[in-house]
Amino acid sequence: MARTVAEAVREPAIPFAIRWQSRVYSLLGLAALLVVVIVFATTIGSVSIPFATSFQVLLSQLPFIDITPASLEVSGAAVSPATLQTIIIDLRLPRILLAGLVGAALAVAGATYQGLFRNPLADPYLLGVSTGAGLGATIAMLTPFTVAWMAFGAVPLFAVIGAVGAVAVVYSLARVGKTLPATTLILAGVALSALLSAATSYLMTIAGRELHGIVFWLLGGLYLTRWSEVWIVLPCVLAGLVVIWIHARPLNVMQLDEDQAQQLGINVERVKLILLAAATLITSSAICFTGLIGFVGILVPHAVRLIWGPDHRFLLPLSTLVGAVFLILADTLARSIMPPTEIPVGIITAFCGAPFFLYLLRRRKGLAFF
Amino acid sequence: MIELDNVSLGYDHQAVLHNIDMKAKPGQVLGLVGPNGSGKSTLIKGMTRVIDLLSGRISIDSRDIRTIKQVELARLVATVPQTPALPGAFTAFEVVLMGRTPHLGFLRYEGDKDLAIAWRAMVATYTESFAERRASELSGGERQRLVIARALTQEPKAMLLDEPTANLDINHQVEILDLVKSLCREQSLSVIIALHDLNLAAQYCDWMIMLNGGRVHAEGTPVDILTAPNIKRVYGAEVIVYPHPINKLPTTLITGGGNHEPS
Repeated sequence: MARTVAEAVREPAIPFAIRWQSRVYSLLGLAALLVVVIVFATTIGSVSIPFATSFQVLLSQLPFIDITPASLEVSGAAVSPATLQTIIIDLRLPRILLAGLVGAALAVAGATYQGLFRNPLADPYLLGVSTGAGLGATIAMLTPFTVAWMAFGAVPLFAVIGAVGAVAVVYSLARVGKTLPATTLILAGVALSALLSAATSYLMTIAGRELHGIVFWLLGGLYLTRWSEVWIVLPCVLAGLVVIWIHARPLNVMQLDEDQAQQLGINVERVKLILLAAATLITSSAICFTGLIGFVGILVPHAVRLIWGPDHRFLLPLSTLVGAVFLILADTLARSIMPPTEIPVGIITAFCGAPFFLYLLRRRKGLAFF
Repeated sequence: MIELDNVSLGYDHQAVLHNIDMKAKPGQVLGLVGPNGSGKSTLIKGMTRVIDLLSGRISIDSRDIRTIKQVELARLVATVPQTPALPGAFTAFEVVLMGRTPHLGFLRYEGDKDLAIAWRAMVATYTESFAERRASELSGGERQRLVIARALTQEPKAMLLDEPTANLDINHQVEILDLVKSLCREQSLSVIIALHDLNLAAQYCDWMIMLNGGRVHAEGTPVDILTAPNIKRVYGAEVIVYPHPINKLPTTLITGGGNHEPS
């Protein structure tokens, strides 16, 4: 016989609540690490700048802080504070911030897709975002169109159109009545991706001199980032991230299965639609200026899950920070490992990320992912 | 109280259940029996709006469920699905805590009250000993009790269970049904339970509905319903029904086949 309620409340549930605290500390720690990594990344480059100097220059940009940064000696010649400021603020910082935004966006979009489809192989490119963007960018490079609208040139504009268009097509193909079954969605995504990448491959065979540019775009990289690009990506990514973060609990409940989630009061179809739209927004706005940076979206959320557990209320913000830190470091490596040549950052993310991920996998063998 | 009035349910306008009338009263265990495909699971899904109502009316405390929002419905009715899929990486306690979802606002985190309710449900279902284990490490019986704990955490007025004892050993079958019955009495829950084992149904149900081909074949107490002719008609099985040696409730025994020596 079951015990009565009075007998039941003999022990508080507090022990299980405590784990939240350590996750909150992890969040704060990672936020601090992100700041350190940003400052560190500004010190690396053709002119290497001491950490403290860089930090001073960055601080001097903040309102209400009045610091005059010292000048610097580089191989006997003095570098004036104005030049330092140009190097750090105008040249390096936008690229670093864009790397952080792209890393955060891809990691969170990956976590969202993995959670939504309860599929560990899902990544932000599952529903055709990447192949759509790739085809768009390729077309833009092969046609003589020139577009100059805000910071958009033809390539990012066509990439966004291709990415959003591909997901829209997949979405409308996969709809069955009022519902959106995950399996049909994934299969439609795979099929359309195959079609679009075939088209891209064909265009590459006839590309001639433009081939180099296409290959570099498809591998992804941050090359010449300007502030105007950061100002476009920032609001899109932030808006999408906030929408996804606040859906963390519905996403947790949807790990049960769709029927159970609905029986627990979740409007499953609406949550799916909102999350797909938000993930598509952040992914396409992140990659339109940088090309297809791979591996962040599948690897970071899994690494976070292996370390901090599957609760999306922590998984999503932690993935945001880890994704940002990871891509900033990878991009710093990409531009400094063999100057003046840059390696596409996608190669670095896979090269450094995969072994670390395999190590985590090995260490936590046998644990369920979701 | 859940009332079904001339209800038809189905997928894509193809009715699976036709003209069902029934009443589930608080503190009573209502059993649904019938062969595979007779519509037991569909009926349960219809009562939580997972499946669309084609015609008729389903009401909870005289309110039409079509006028109740999904989240409010989840505060009134909890479902224990058949062999529930659980996310393996979540702990048992986290799974139970998901039962608070319909009571929490969009951005609210679980407070002490919610933790206490979930913990109480775990203690009541004897699941507190593995509260910190991951769902992937639990046995079938433990998962089933865990999902009942989650359903209790919803603090519902009614609980719907879809073959909660399928795939369980006989000791766990008894354990689960004892638990459900005592919770039903203690908390005045309306319990609707789909069962395929007629002997278990006879022991635990106060009232039974026998479904066949999507229609109600018979309705009444176990003694009224579980008769050899009814079972022959609905299941096509030759059985004898015998009073249980202790409590006289109908016990269904198969005849023929198997290991017995020809006499």
